[in-house]
Amino acid sequence: MTSIHQLNYVLQLADNALILGHRISEWTGHGPILEQDIAITNTALDHLGQARSLYQYAAELYNMLPAETQGEVFSSPAFLNHTQPATEDSLAYLRDAWDFRNVLLTEQDNGDWAYTIARSFFYDNHSVLLYTALKDSKDATIAAVAEKSLKEALYHRRWSSEWVIRLGDGTEESKARMQDAIHARWEYTGELFDMSEADKAMLEAGTGADLALIKSQWLAQVAEVLSEATLEMPPADAWMQTGGKTGQHSEHLGYILAEMQYMQRAYPGMEW
Amino acid sequence: MNNEWPLWEIFIRSKTGLDHKHVGSLHAVDAAMAIENARDVYTRRMEGVSIWAVESKYIHASNPDDAGELYDPANDKVYRHPTFYELPIELKHM
Repeated sequence: MTSIHQLNYVLQLADNALILGHRISEWTGHGPILEQDIAITNTALDHLGQARSLYQYAAELYNMLPAETQGEVFSSPAFLNHTQPATEDSLAYLRDAWDFRNVLLTEQDNGDWAYTIARSFFYDNHSVLLYTALKDSKDATIAAVAEKSLKEALYHRRWSSEWVIRLGDGTEESKARMQDAIHARWEYTGELFDMSEADKAMLEAGTGADLALIKSQWLAQVAEVLSEATLEMPPADAWMQTGGKTGQHSEHLGYILAEMQYMQRAYPGMEW
Repeated sequence: MNNEWPLWEIFIRSKTGLDHKHVGSLHAVDAAMAIENARDVYTRRMEGVSIWAVESKYIHASNPDDAGELYDPANDKVYRHPTFYELPIELKHM
């Protein structure tokens, strides 16, 4: 049976993929070198592809909810005024920031190359572990998306780890910048492991993942790469930002949505 | 100071059992990055299952001016073609 928790769980996954994918896509045409411009654009497309599969599923789940339950899920006027059944597009383009469940890490700005790499590095290490766990989800759709996405995530992790090592164990300048980025983005990593209501309910139902377990594996993986990169790892018990999973976002998300949703808001239902 | 990353020649094998074919070149700081860049630049439309990268400076080429003496003498040596053999049908890529 469909529940709000199941829907919110899928949305967490979808929103992470969409928002990070959008952020990364901002590099298109601005990469430091043509080959890396293509590499990072490929990654953005991978994230968008994952987001699409997940939004299609989320729309299906939303449409199966009884009307009164649907009313409890979102409060974005544009989405609620949209009378047709929910679709992947209405979920992406008609919800306002407070209805997005992505973690704050994914919406942080690109900064320099090191900041972009640090954000991806933290995220990719998490998604490899998460998708590995979700491959065995009792929810067949989640399991299928996880299996397909895992291969992409493995390559993303390889790419971002490689850059952390290159810049960390590179020149004085590259090391300083990479270290700075690792420190600056660290406070956004804690939220990856916070158990939201949806996370708890799905773990109990055998469809979600145990984020406490993933956290310990994540810390070990990150420590290994940072040590190879001769970089300092910030303390695991540092103070962490939270809020994304419950819709309390940083200022960045509003700007992302303004740009991403503009066309569909100005010309509803437009296609090309 | 030269800020350009070294150039690499990229060879892709499109299927197991076939040979690697030259597909183009790209810039990378070392072999590991050359292979990753090649994956992103040259295999994004399922072009291959294996990548070779060779730094371009290690490729030695024949001189086009020598083409006459190098290749023309083969023109009238038809007996060098193995056209007298019947190939098994299973052999698809000769």
